[in-house]
Amino acid sequence: MCGDAMEPEVHRLGTRLSEAEARELRVGDRVFLTGELLTMRDMAHVRALEALRSGERLPFSLEGRVIYHCGPLVKGERVVSAGPTTSMRMERSEPELIRKSGLRGMVGKGGMGEGTRTALMECGAVYMEYPGGAGALAARATRGVKGVFWRELGDPEAVWVIAVEDFGPCFVSMDSNGETLRNVRNRK
Amino acid sequence: MAEAIRVLETELPRDIECTLREVAGKEEGLAAEVLGMILANVDCAREGLVPMCQDTGSLIFFLSSGRCSPVHRDAIEGGIRMATDSVPLRANTVQPFTRENEGNNLGRGNPIIHFEHDPSLGEDIVLGIMAKGAGSENVGRGYMLEPDLGLPGIRDAVLETVSKAGGKPCPPIILGVGIGGTAEVAYLLSKKALMRRLDAATDDPQADALERDLMKSVNELGIGPMGLGGRHTALGVRVEWAHCHTASLPVAVSIGCWALRRVTAEWRGEAFRVVR
Repeated sequence: MCGDAMEPEVHRLGTRLSEAEARELRVGDRVFLTGELLTMRDMAHVRALEALRSGERLPFSLEGRVIYHCGPLVKGERVVSAGPTTSMRMERSEPELIRKSGLRGMVGKGGMGEGTRTALMECGAVYMEYPGGAGALAARATRGVKGVFWRELGDPEAVWVIAVEDFGPCFVSMDSNGETLRNVRNRK
Repeated sequence: MAEAIRVLETELPRDIECTLREVAGKEEGLAAEVLGMILANVDCAREGLVPMCQDTGSLIFFLSSGRCSPVHRDAIEGGIRMATDSVPLRANTVQPFTRENEGNNLGRGNPIIHFEHDPSLGEDIVLGIMAKGAGSENVGRGYMLEPDLGLPGIRDAVLETVSKAGGKPCPPIILGVGIGGTAEVAYLLSKKALMRRLDAATDDPQADALERDLMKSVNELGIGPMGLGGRHTALGVRVEWAHCHTASLPVAVSIGCWALRRVTAEWRGEAFRVVR
């Protein structure tokens, strides 16, 4: 129903992706993720870029990782509610973060911009969407907090390491061929 | 108070849920799939007693009583403290310059309370509460239109706001439109408009006509659930208005996400109840 009248493919993937795995994903595909997602939103993007620009290492590696645009509601080690936040707020930082960190995927909502689309093509990475507001449903696919970085940014802005099992479906919204789900659907 | 906040965060108002179910049956493909996940989430939150959205929002209180007392403010503040721990709520409130987060959803100018003196209530209290997520709040807009633009100008302002918002506010959205007053009154009216249920029609013929007209035009934009295309961009449009200066035409548009969380708590005599 998306793409060129092709049935969307369903992929069950880990949260460390190779470039080849990321490049295989097509707009409209459904992805279920198992592993550990790193949450990163507004302030974590700013802070990560500041560090990378000055040649510092991050306290966590983003190489091959999938980040989640999310400020989770966490109680102790339990993830109570954890849907995506509006990705477009990260558009100023994301293209540079993709190029400098080696991350392979983002999960968010609402779509991203031209800068991200170009960076995804260049580096071989993918942007996926999960329905916004569906925090309770998303939390059901989580398996607890495995760590947290930069908590001084405040809980919503910190980088949480969240274990997930079959987290999805995440809809591939921008692939490494420069296609976007919204453009494909508008062409139909 | 904390109990009212728990209901607010975990139970989607029935009028919105019914409208969502109706709309889901009329969509197909990706739009239907996304709405299916949203409805599963609504069930999940209600059954699991957890907030439906991790963004538990900014809490906005509309307090009506015949007697406005500082005790009310203290009670609301206490309720937020308790709910932050017990519901739980995400710690959303930060200092705007430093972005420092004290973790208790309180701070300067908070809680946000709009008092309305209603002598008919005597000592009783009717408290409307809205949990407003930032994704939708960030894309609301205010306009100080010139009066000669009239109704077509109001219409264009609303459609421009919704078009620019696209998928960001988690459509299908609920639109609150405030017209008239001064700038801040128009904004407040747009929030009060969001407090009106989707199954409670206005008794004002002009507001009713504009609501129907905007509903049709907004859905023709084709933004659809989560901005991924579809026949339903809005679940409802609500208009409230006030008289304004002859040289002004203030218009404020507040967008509610599909998860527009609102509840009314009443204290009448000794009795307390949450109106679902």
